[in-house]
Amino acid sequence: MEQLYQEIILDHHRHPHHAGLRDPFDAQVHHVNPTCGDEITLRVRLDGDGLDARVVDVSYDALGCSISQASTSVMTDLVIDQPLQVALAVLGEFTEMMTSRGKIDGDEDVIGDGIAFAGVSKYPARVKCALLGWMAFKDAAVQVAGGSTVSADESVSSTSNGESR
Amino acid sequence: MTTLQTAISAEPAAHLTVADLSVDIAAIRADFPILQRTVRDGKPLVYLDSGATSQRPIPVIDAEQEFVTTHNAAVHRGAHQLAEEATDHYESARERIAAFVGVPNPDELIFTKNATEGINLVAYSLGNASYSPSASRFRLGPGDEVVVTEMEHHANLIPWQELCRRTGATLKWIQMGDDFRLDLNNLDEVITERAKVVAFTHQSNVLGTVNPVAELVAAANRVGALTVLDACQSVPHSPVDFKALDVDFAVFSGHKMLGPSGVGGLYGRFELLSAMPPFLTGGSMIEQVFIDHATYALPPARFEAGVPMTSQAVGLGAAVDYLSQLGMDAVAAYEHSLVDVALQELSAIDGVRIIGPTENVNRGGAVSFVVDGVHAHDVGQILDDEGVAVRVGHHCAWPLHRRFGIAATVRASVAVYNTPDEIRVLAGAVRKAQQFFGTR
Repeated sequence: MEQLYQEIILDHHRHPHHAGLRDPFDAQVHHVNPTCGDEITLRVRLDGDGLDARVVDVSYDALGCSISQASTSVMTDLVIDQPLQVALAVLGEFTEMMTSRGKIDGDEDVIGDGIAFAGVSKYPARVKCALLGWMAFKDAAVQVAGGSTVSADESVSSTSNGESR
Repeated sequence: MTTLQTAISAEPAAHLTVADLSVDIAAIRADFPILQRTVRDGKPLVYLDSGATSQRPIPVIDAEQEFVTTHNAAVHRGAHQLAEEATDHYESARERIAAFVGVPNPDELIFTKNATEGINLVAYSLGNASYSPSASRFRLGPGDEVVVTEMEHHANLIPWQELCRRTGATLKWIQMGDDFRLDLNNLDEVITERAKVVAFTHQSNVLGTVNPVAELVAAANRVGALTVLDACQSVPHSPVDFKALDVDFAVFSGHKMLGPSGVGGLYGRFELLSAMPPFLTGGSMIEQVFIDHATYALPPARFEAGVPMTSQAVGLGAAVDYLSQLGMDAVAAYEHSLVDVALQELSAIDGVRIIGPTENVNRGGAVSFVVDGVHAHDVGQILDDEGVAVRVGHHCAWPLHRRFGIAATVRASVAVYNTPDEIRVLAGAVRKAQQFFGTR
């Protein structure tokens, strides 16, 4: 369990960075994990156009488990103050690691504290928890920067895992 | 095959010792091979997720295998020997399953994929009545009402939302009190002359609450509304008699009652079924077919279009035989004693709040709870690491969770093969989760 819940994750969970909703913002999205009902409202503020725009702020109000809360917190550290192009590269690297079923460790130079979530990728039921905030950021960034910049068709809110009867 | 000790009673947990139960429970557990396995680095499996799906005993597995290896053929087609044998097995299963739920006439029991399909069958058939002149008595439209409850599983909610959307009828619901039971104080205001359908669960899959079926049926009957009972969580765990309950329709799922997945049952009064339009259409549900129209067979065939699941139905027949040999009164009494232990053990943990009645009266074997300061998903992860399989989330009852302002709960749900010791392992694992996340 210590491998799954690394100290970095527990720290971010207890003391989430950049939490709370702030003004001004350019786009606000609301994403839900239909499996467990966890949700996040996330705002993005960009400065500039297209992929060269700078991510000025990411603020959020989230309800969720330690994995989703910590992952969102780590994500804000990684993308705020970065050019959108870099933020999306980080997001791509993190997503690839999370969906690898433990096969890809992730590059610490790119995803920083995000590598703490490598253990989570071995638990398929928790991957969506870790991606909730990231996908919300991607969705919001697309809305601001324009659909041609990135694709938003990987929204986590599109899947469900109901109790079959 | 084993039987439960008749001495097992519904006495409070304080009077119940493992020694009273161990011999028979050990024999029952030996019938379920999966319970012998370990999970997560050698931890004995503690399976407390039977509310989602139950495990299968050897006689069920054997019945399916025996059918497939010796009698398999498409039922109700063909005149060869295998077709005869397969049809006999299929219809014998129908008879035994119907009898198990108090239905003497097997033609009133329709095989469905599961309870969800059974409810959709009723909802779509009622919707199809709009296009069937001969079924105008079932027609719904603007001004009509469908009544559900706030504690329904999505399976007994969304089909009715959709029926209302298609027909213009209005959806209403019976609210819950803070005691986790239906608030029946204003029942006559909710179930009025406008009500055409009253659909409700027998036993909540989250709270464990057993609903007062007689009172709800009486209210529906006063205004001539059809009643639809979701018996998914009651049929596997207690004696249930649909005729005695006097409901018009009832559904249950095979995989929650020690049977295979892919098979369930819909009970309906023959008089209603034989007047209702079909849901799925195609082969074997017909009487006569012409190039431009067709007439339909009587129930149950009318509602079983296409070659049905067969080995699954045979397996479910074996499951009800198994449960009948244990005796549903004994099963219910034993599971009641497990719930006693669960309520006692979980209530004793500071920071644990049970979401459901804490008094073990009119209460079944789903025990849901929240742990202060630890999200249900995180509790479930620690439990899983200890070998304890529970369900976390909203358990397909999101409106229920909204009602109590909770995003997600942990649900332990028992079956006849669980032991008091397993409940204690659960409680220990919950304490471990609190320690891990530093709330205790």
